[in-house]
Amino acid sequence: METVFQAQISYNQFLSAAGTPLQALPEWAGKPDILVRYYRNMVQLRQLDNKIIALQRTGQMGTYASLLGAEAIEVVLGELMLSDDVLVPYYRNHGLQMLRGLPLADMLSYWGGDERGSASATMAQDFPNAVPIATQALHAAGVATAIKIRGEKRAVVTVCGDGATSKGDFLEALNVAGAWQLPVVFVVNNNQWAISVPRSLQSAAATLAQKAIGAGIRGEQVDGNDVIALHESVTEALKHAREGKGPTLIEAISYRLSDHTTADDATRYRSNEELKAAWEREPIKRLQTFLHTQGWWDEVQETAWQKEVAQIIQQGLDSFLQRPPQPVEDLIDYLYAELPDALKEQREQLIRNAQPGGNHHE
Amino acid sequence: MSDAITMVEAINLALHSEMQRDDSVIVLGEDVGVNGGVFRATVGLRETFGIKRVLDTPLAETMIAGLSVGMAAQGLKPVAEIQFMGFIFPTMEQIICHAARLRHRTRGRLHCPMVLRVPFGGGIHAPEHHSESTEALFAHIPGLRVVIPSSPKRAYGLLLAAIRNPDPVIFMEPKRIYRLNAQTVEDNGEALPLDSCYTLREGADITLVSWGAMIKETLEAADLLAQQGVSCEVIDVVTLNPIDHETILASVAKTGRCVIIHEAPKSCAVGAEISATLGERGLLSLQAPVARVTGYDTIMPYYRMENHYLPNTADIVEAVTATLEFS
Ligand SMILES: Cc1ncc(C[n+]2csc(CCOP(=O)(O)OP(=O)(O)O)c2C)c(N)n1
Ligand SMILES: [Mg+2]
Repeated sequence: METVFQAQISYNQFLSAAGTPLQALPEWAGKPDILVRYYRNMVQLRQLDNKIIALQRTGQMGTYASLLGAEAIEVVLGELMLSDDVLVPYYRNHGLQMLRGLPLADMLSYWGGDERGSASATMAQDFPNAVPIATQALHAAGVATAIKIRGEKRAVVTVCGDGATSKGDFLEALNVAGAWQLPVVFVVNNNQWAISVPRSLQSAAATLAQKAIGAGIRGEQVDGNDVIALHESVTEALKHAREGKGPTLIEAISYRLSDHTTADDATRYRSNEELKAAWEREPIKRLQTFLHTQGWWDEVQETAWQKEVAQIIQQGLDSFLQRPPQPVEDLIDYLYAELPDALKEQREQLIRNAQPGGNHHE
Repeated sequence: MSDAITMVEAINLALHSEMQRDDSVIVLGEDVGVNGGVFRATVGLRETFGIKRVLDTPLAETMIAGLSVGMAAQGLKPVAEIQFMGFIFPTMEQIICHAARLRHRTRGRLHCPMVLRVPFGGGIHAPEHHSESTEALFAHIPGLRVVIPSSPKRAYGLLLAAIRNPDPVIFMEPKRIYRLNAQTVEDNGEALPLDSCYTLREGADITLVSWGAMIKETLEAADLLAQQGVSCEVIDVVTLNPIDHETILASVAKTGRCVIIHEAPKSCAVGAEISATLGERGLLSLQAPVARVTGYDTIMPYYRMENHYLPNTADIVEAVTATLEFS
């Protein structure tokens, strides 16, 4: 017998959980600019996340999928993607969407049950959030196909969870991306849980990154709580995509520090010890420690930034809460390019019912 | 079991009850085991029946449906949960090409006694893709049964019937009324008949036909109309494929008028089938056109606007009044 194929998966990490370098840092990390921006952005996302959950608890927001523990992935992708790259997100990418220009009020609209949250012109060619798991991976491959056909130097990024890697769509997307060498980066936010189902029950594979091997594409694991490691992996993957060298699968190891959504109660299925241990590895504290050690961030800056962030969030919130409801005919008017005659009567009925005295007037 | 329980508790009771009686019943799906289901419908099953009979699956609906077909062909009775109706679509190939026709294409050599349980419908302020009513897609598939309960008691008896039925059943659970009312449900192991309408209220002036969560508004409308001296017969269709047209025809033969109420969009929905059959076989008893009170032919709105989409009691009263005034 001879070995006809061998493969290995590498794991990329620069900062230890305690915030100390484990190996020589890349050159860009020798300066504060990008790292401080990462830190500030993560702090902002975390404060926002807490705020949205509080809003949900008081009935002003719908079911919400928290970003707690995913901040590093969000800010690094937000930093490195270019505006003419295309994002094909899942429902846990609103931090990234905002870094790509989505106004806070629009983001809140989406989670607040208003279609206009996916309508912002700032989203350009980005897709709206995919809620049906893993379906977006194929859209990303399709967008990448269009980019490749046109010979453009743009990259597509799509994100999904660990659970999503069990679905055919995900594997089909990896496969075609490999077969056609598409300019796409698949990022798996492996936060260890798919609602109540742990990573170990999704697959017998030792890593999710190795699913790339079956598709003949690049695949690697990276510490999803380490912005430096993420920055390196994503930079390389985007470069490959833009240079026509094909797709990459990045498995970012993170941890869902929150409940799955505000409709979930994770204490039913996971232990407090596990959660506590995960907090030891979380991305923000780790970077903060590193920045402190370098002398690039201090308590005074921290307090000032937290205050500023609170104001930014409050402004976005106010503008969301003051937003008048959309006109009721919007429920029909965006269905087709032109309203078919067959729908005109229903459209009138909808409007009539919403008016004072109508059956659905609110 | 004498305390009153909700519909979702009745579903849980039926699962416990039938798993106790029949070793071949296997529950599977996403989050059904340790978590007990996102709506708590399968809570306690794993503790009682163990991990060989309550399977937390990887996240993949095509797989859940396809596995169920294979297990069913082996003589097991898989009861799979699809977490929300909006995520059932990957199962379509397995249902249409295999589950619903395994008996037929093997001329009875193999068959497929599986149940797909799936919460559906709007009105709970859920996120995108979590509120649609797509029963018509399934009612259109030959060889498939589509069953929708509307009360705790019927949920219990109908789920037992669905599990015992030797053919595949889509058991759609109207989640808006999962916890609306409680009823005393005796755990007597008695199944209720499938393929049969349930007449919830007898009346003389008009027949109201509905199913699922809209039964709530339909009964409310019937109450309001009773105060105005209008006597409504209320029929819960329950099995949407195959439909018990005889009960509806007999009722309309008596009342001469009919309003059909459903949450799904109007066009090509199950209401159209019922209305067409009334036209074909009940024309001479009709004193007015059959009316439909339905959702609009549009995408189910996100939750902010869902009440504009969902039919309500006033819509039903209005349609009944117009139907009664028709001459
Ligand atoms: C096709 C499909 N099936 C089921 C669901 C319900 N659901 C929503 S999120 C989720 C778990 C997803 O886990 P994972 O892919 O790990 O992503 P995470 O939410 O952990 O980021 C499930 C089962 C869905 N949205 N889509
Ligand atoms: Mg996950």
